[in-house]
Amino acid sequence: MAQWPLLSVLIWLPIAGAILVLGLGRDPRVARWLSVLVALATLAASIPLYLGYDAAAGGMQFVESHAWIDALKVHYALAADGISVALIVLTTFTSVLVIVGSWGPIDKRVSQYMAAMLALEGMLIGVFAATDALLFYVFFEAMLIPMFIIIGIWGGPRRVYATLKFFIYTFLGSIFMLIGLIYLHMKTGEFSLQAFAQAPLDATEQAWLFFAFLIAFAIKVPMWPVHTWLPDAHVEAPTGGSVILAAIMLKVGGYGFIRFSLPITPDASQEYAWVVIAMSLVAVVYIGYVALVQDDMKKLIAYSSIAHMAFVTLGLFIALALVRVHGNPDAARLGVQGAMVQMISHGFVSGAMFSCIGVLYDRLHSRMIRDYGGVVNVMPWFGAFFVLFAMANCGLPGTSGFVGEFMVILAAFQDNVWIAAVAAFTLIIGAAYTLWLVKRVIFGEVTNPKVAKFKDLDAREWIVLGSFAAAVLAVGVYPKPLTDLMDSSVLQIVNALMLSKA
Amino acid sequence: MMSFNPNDLVAILPELILLGATCAILLIDLFLKPSQRDFTHWMSIGALAVAACFVWHGAPAPGQGVSAFNGMFLHDGISVVLKQFVLLMSGLSLFYGRHYMRERQLLIGEYYLLILFATLGMMLLVSAGSLISAYLGLELLALSSYALVALNRDSSVSAEAAIKYFVLGALASGLLLYGMSMIYGATGTLDLARISASIGQVEHPGWLAFGLIFLIAGIAFKLGAAPFHMWLPDVYQGAPTAITVFIGSAPKLAAFGLAYRLLEGGLGGLSEHWTLMLAILSVFSLAIGNLFAIAQSNLKRMLAYSTISHVGFLLLGFVGASPAGFSAAMFYAISYSLTAAVAFGMIGLLARKGFECEEIDDFKGLNQRSPWYAGIMAIAMFSLAGVPPLFGFFAKLLVLKAAIDAGFLWLAIVAIVFAIIGIYYYLRVVKVMYFDAAADTSALPLPTDVPLRWVISLNGLALIVLGFAWGPLFDWCNRAFGI
Repeated sequence: MAQWPLLSVLIWLPIAGAILVLGLGRDPRVARWLSVLVALATLAASIPLYLGYDAAAGGMQFVESHAWIDALKVHYALAADGISVALIVLTTFTSVLVIVGSWGPIDKRVSQYMAAMLALEGMLIGVFAATDALLFYVFFEAMLIPMFIIIGIWGGPRRVYATLKFFIYTFLGSIFMLIGLIYLHMKTGEFSLQAFAQAPLDATEQAWLFFAFLIAFAIKVPMWPVHTWLPDAHVEAPTGGSVILAAIMLKVGGYGFIRFSLPITPDASQEYAWVVIAMSLVAVVYIGYVALVQDDMKKLIAYSSIAHMAFVTLGLFIALALVRVHGNPDAARLGVQGAMVQMISHGFVSGAMFSCIGVLYDRLHSRMIRDYGGVVNVMPWFGAFFVLFAMANCGLPGTSGFVGEFMVILAAFQDNVWIAAVAAFTLIIGAAYTLWLVKRVIFGEVTNPKVAKFKDLDAREWIVLGSFAAAVLAVGVYPKPLTDLMDSSVLQIVNALMLSKA
Repeated sequence: MMSFNPNDLVAILPELILLGATCAILLIDLFLKPSQRDFTHWMSIGALAVAACFVWHGAPAPGQGVSAFNGMFLHDGISVVLKQFVLLMSGLSLFYGRHYMRERQLLIGEYYLLILFATLGMMLLVSAGSLISAYLGLELLALSSYALVALNRDSSVSAEAAIKYFVLGALASGLLLYGMSMIYGATGTLDLARISASIGQVEHPGWLAFGLIFLIAGIAFKLGAAPFHMWLPDVYQGAPTAITVFIGSAPKLAAFGLAYRLLEGGLGGLSEHWTLMLAILSVFSLAIGNLFAIAQSNLKRMLAYSTISHVGFLLLGFVGASPAGFSAAMFYAISYSLTAAVAFGMIGLLARKGFECEEIDDFKGLNQRSPWYAGIMAIAMFSLAGVPPLFGFFAKLLVLKAAIDAGFLWLAIVAIVFAIIGIYYYLRVVKVMYFDAAADTSALPLPTDVPLRWVISLNGLALIVLGFAWGPLFDWCNRAFGI
């Protein structure tokens, strides 16, 4: 397995596929089939990654390293630990469903859409696999280009505003990180993340770097109060764009905290953990209430994404206090583990929710809650799926949504009862906005005559929603394979947190 | 003292060949009918290619640069790199210009001759070893450029641009000469190496500082750094697009060479003064270039303001006054000229007789009628904006690194703040190409000039390829500066 550069294959296969689709995809049918084949091949290539990863040994595996720019000691360095593997498999899995799901709704310039999706997939895998900071940054920024195009061409009426806001907002965040990376290069003479993590940095340097990273990743996650690009981007993006955005791109932010903020600036992270925790709690409560009053389904799910992603940041930064103040590494492990499970679970749940909204949108071309009602009467199968994903979204035990949030709240409880109490509000607010959405859209009488003519799911939609449902239930009922996969990597992160740099 | 060494002729062989070829083309073209102008075209490109081969062949070993003609002419790694790219960019602009000039009945022999003479001027300029040879090279470039801008003599816009360019250019040359005379007065020599050696022992250091300020004003004018940028938007907009391609690309490399030769080669001992001056010029250029570009609706004018902001970035490489910084700045100049050539060249490619295609709105819906050229243009825009994995990003990375290494962290932060502002107007071009519906003019066919289509496509793809494989070019720049 070591001889075969699996991570490179995973990155470049979809990108090469994108070029192929652009070149051969004059006929939309060819473009669709070809892109599904490429996405399936990538998914197939990610299976040996999962099977081949030795979870017991942990650490970075599948290491590839080639000199890229000798003069600056930049390397084309890839490797994956349990967390990366989980996120890469999430990416390949979701990409297949997104491409299958876009067969019907996307009917103009199909080859460009499919190519953008495939290129995006390759870049996302690159982000999760890069162990060289410059390589990470290149993928991190490059993925803005396909997303910019996806929202801008195939989006809704205000797509130009939304996509410019998305691009500039994200670019704004990441470019400060670039300055931080150049500074770290000056200190260490290379760009490898490992060297950055070992570089001695005094408190001031760490504080500056911490905030440079925080801006980049907080915008990406996104955290309150820099979340405002997300609802716009989600509302205007085509369904496939929303799914990729919610399911994977937001995870890049959480992943960035794990790879950059925690190991490179551990002391500053501890000092300013309260900032992140406070922002997360505000997101859980305030953004939850904001979600409650939305009358646009996509906006509601977008806000719910922000609230759920707050558990990721909460879990990661509560771990610092647990390790360093309480000396309780087991609880810290629980927090980080919970954050990771929450990332994966939210990938499935939000992807599924946006796919469901896409199914409705294709039929009525409206995202407004008031235009629907009584959908279950005409689309019983769809209703069943929607309710399942809604339950997962409010964290019902037995679904994936429960596991991560429960673990994070449990960890928070051991740090501070009040933090846990505020975080637990999500169980009430999340249930409120989700169930109210279900009540208004799915149940009740059919009031809109157009809804009465809806047809239930076709085979293509069945595949997409069925796959998401299987994943949500699998992680909810039996999360052990997932936690086992990530456990030793989480342990390493927690151990690294104990070491002070100053 | 002054003696003639026949070996000196070997050092300037590429220049001699270009000069000879240009004179031959001048004569041959007199006997050609307008329909045979393609012959001139290919001869000119051939002359540039042959000169490039000789530059390549005659390149000195690393670190073993020689000076010829009693120090007037420097033949070293830096001049080799710059000459190669000056010749390449001149050749590219000939490819991009033929179709445009022919449709406007401007494809005359003078177009080729002036570009060749300007190229010769740039080659002398980047090899300048004394104040006099720097000035001569600069004037050969400048006078040819004034005439090129005025080539479309029936257009009042072009004439206005040429007059502005000429008057302001003459003023800048005057400033430069005045500064040179002060330095000559202080040091008693025109030779840059000897000026550099005598800086510590001059009798009147005030004269030197005085001369330095005028020198910097002149250089800033030639580079187009704010607040000496006033000519640039008018000239870029008023010149025929084929000429804008030329003056927007190769002369930036030459201007870098001028700045390097005079400031580091001659006045390196005063770097504590001029680094700060250049840092301030950089801030002005970044601010004015980026902010004014947002307000433009004419693409050529927008790109002109974007040039000013790129000069601001280029100057980041100078603030450290270190070889690594100059190498980064040279890399930036190469990256910028290669990218700007695509952007301006695309305007020329899409222009028709009677339709200049120079408004941003003229690019509406380009993705629908020609996805390929829309893609090439988008690559150029993202590269100018500095989005990885394109070439322009790595150039920005290197100059930012140079500034941070030099202790100018604040300047790097100012630069990226303006880069964020700047990204908006590049994205706007992508937006009109991809997101807007096509206007009526979209029915116009693309030109049938096959070399033009191939070369601009290769140039665009090079921006991606160099985004991945920028290492060898970076090494080449580093070797030129002895790193």
